[in-house]
Amino acid sequence: MSSRLLSSVIALSATAVATQASAFCGFYVAKADTDLFNQSSKVAMMRDGERTVITMANDYQGEPEEFAMVIPVPTVITKDQVHISDPALLTHLDAYTAPRLVEYFDDNPCDSHRYRLFDAVPAPVAMESETVTLQKRAEALGVTIEDEFTVGEYDILILSAEESDGLQTWLEEEGYRVPAKARRTLGSYIKQDMKFFVAKVNLEARAENGSEYLRPIAVAFETPKFMLPIRLGTVNAKDDQDLFVYMLTRSGQVETTNYRTQKIPTGQEIPPYVKDEFGDFYKAMFATAADRDGGHGVFMEYAWDMNWCDPCAADPLSNEQLQELGVFWLDSPTDGPAIQPRRGRPIQQAKDVYVTRLHVRYDAKSFPEDLKFKTTGNRDNFQGRYVLRHAYDGEMTCEAASEYKTDVNERRQTEIKTLANLTGWKRDDIRERVEADTGFFDVSKTAPNHKWWSRIWSQD
Amino acid sequence: MAGVMDWMRAVSRDPRHYQIAILSSLILVGLFVYSFRLPWWHVLACVGSTLGTQALADRFIAKRSFDPRSPLISALSLTLLLRTGSITLSILAGVLAVGSKYVLRWRGKHVFNPANFGLVIVSLIFTSAWISPGQWGAAPVLALFLLGLGGIVTGKAKRWDVSLALLGSYAALLLGRALWLGDPVAIPLHQLQSGALLIFAFFMISDPKTTPDARTGRLIFAALVASVGFAIQFGLHNSAGIILALILCAPTVPLIDHLVGGERYAWPRFIRPTQGDTYVLTPAE
Repeated sequence: MSSRLLSSVIALSATAVATQASAFCGFYVAKADTDLFNQSSKVAMMRDGERTVITMANDYQGEPEEFAMVIPVPTVITKDQVHISDPALLTHLDAYTAPRLVEYFDDNPCDSHRYRLFDAVPAPVAMESETVTLQKRAEALGVTIEDEFTVGEYDILILSAEESDGLQTWLEEEGYRVPAKARRTLGSYIKQDMKFFVAKVNLEARAENGSEYLRPIAVAFETPKFMLPIRLGTVNAKDDQDLFVYMLTRSGQVETTNYRTQKIPTGQEIPPYVKDEFGDFYKAMFATAADRDGGHGVFMEYAWDMNWCDPCAADPLSNEQLQELGVFWLDSPTDGPAIQPRRGRPIQQAKDVYVTRLHVRYDAKSFPEDLKFKTTGNRDNFQGRYVLRHAYDGEMTCEAASEYKTDVNERRQTEIKTLANLTGWKRDDIRERVEADTGFFDVSKTAPNHKWWSRIWSQD
Repeated sequence: MAGVMDWMRAVSRDPRHYQIAILSSLILVGLFVYSFRLPWWHVLACVGSTLGTQALADRFIAKRSFDPRSPLISALSLTLLLRTGSITLSILAGVLAVGSKYVLRWRGKHVFNPANFGLVIVSLIFTSAWISPGQWGAAPVLALFLLGLGGIVTGKAKRWDVSLALLGSYAALLLGRALWLGDPVAIPLHQLQSGALLIFAFFMISDPKTTPDARTGRLIFAALVASVGFAIQFGLHNSAGIILALILCAPTVPLIDHLVGGERYAWPRFIRPTQGDTYVLTPAE
């Protein structure tokens, strides 16, 4: 049965999963008694050697004056190491790496070819957020303000501390609400010589630049520690949290070293009706995959050379975009020969960038330790990709048609099983949906079943 | 019939047979349960290169008859721990592993654990080869399974002491660190459940040919490897710390042997007597 590619690539943005906002690797500390809890966060990490740039999406959705966050960082950070980035970049990166749906249309088994083309529809991502001031008791409490500056709409403090009680007391006196259980974790980070990056929204600066949303914060530093601190984030989380990490490296895939990185199911054919509910499908599929591993885990959703994609959920990021995001090794953007994409859109010059998208679902119990990573030399491409195959729906008047129809019916049965297995949805429910959507071919009254030998020598 | 029973007993006496069986099963588990990226031709290439190197070296350097068991174990360990997309590197690791046994020797004993040597050298030099410490995750069930199987294997090899001493020292260091940091006990427990750590403890460091001859010496050696591994892991932030520690500490084995001497280990060997149909085991060499 020949089928023709393709058509639609429906990319699924992370927002489809993350319905409710907020979170970072650190914790949000609200000034009012807002009931904050973390649900999903997005972080892009650029790493080559010990040089690291981390860009954190800010999807805080509350009153900006109440936003404040505390993130452990491995070194002291100065003003020129901090940059306020463009939220569109992370949105683009998210769309480029998103799990995708592809559609194939069967040819008329009796003759010609047909194509259809849909546009990619990545969902938009919303961003939002708030500020800090100064004080003096710091020293008495063993808290050192290493640096203090304003970048974009954020007032930033870099703190180091001698012990957790002092830091916690200081933060509380400054009006931050620190979860009581955070004390132990803060103490652990202090002993590991971590510093604390505290950001608040500067309302004046925000009014000046007129931006509606809180923009991502990018921080550049150098450290042998290739990790993301998640422990503070689990302190005030009620439920599971979802973290999307986009790793950009020179050499290849990034994997976690203290948890197992597994791949999400991919390449399966599922019934065409799923096209209209791809978001639901993806959520159920991810939850089912995580449940099979105890409800949590690190999943690779995409790993690809940034020069191309096939099919493309969004264009690869341009060198300018990558540079802005923090890919620091692209200093000579014209180096390297231009390479041809296997298919799809034309691309610019080749760039030495490999992206890995990891989706981590975690809670404090199953992920007691911070995430530790390593870059591997693995440049195999991987994508979360799900296939819809549409049967030919025109008139078919030939002998091959009856065999084709039987095949399509069998295919639908398999798709139902696959979908049930991937999502945990009930087979009967899926079957009902399939019947209401494409249905099955009626093969009972089609032409008599020809023997196989009747096709060897075509009749004249 | 009695001959078959004797033969079975003879086979079960040699720890290498257990090790081959268990390493092979672990590879199958890795392939089918944990979806390792492991093309069969890489396995074949690695096995071929270790066996080939051993055959050539036995013939021309050691001038003795070829025994495929040790190089097969090295190949299986490399297959389990070395990840690479390049078949050339798989072959190179095998050649380095077995070659090191003939070239790097001290007083008639090879210095480095062959698989460890091949693994570390290839992964340090080439970016397209690496070690994946997280590939087994931290499954407690798997940990128990490994403990059980590993116990049998190392018990047979009379080197269970080095495995337990390594795990014990490493556990003590992890717990000590957690206490100092004020971390919950869940963190060191999670770190101890690393599949890669257990495979290392039971199937790599326990090699009787490259550990000190005396038990005291082995305990000292295990504690040393655990400490160096811990320092690399948490001081230098390299997740393959314990594997690097073994290659770094291996040169101390001759010194430890010198200080606390013991009887050298030899693989059990079958000798088929000319009379009767009984297999007899004697220490080799």
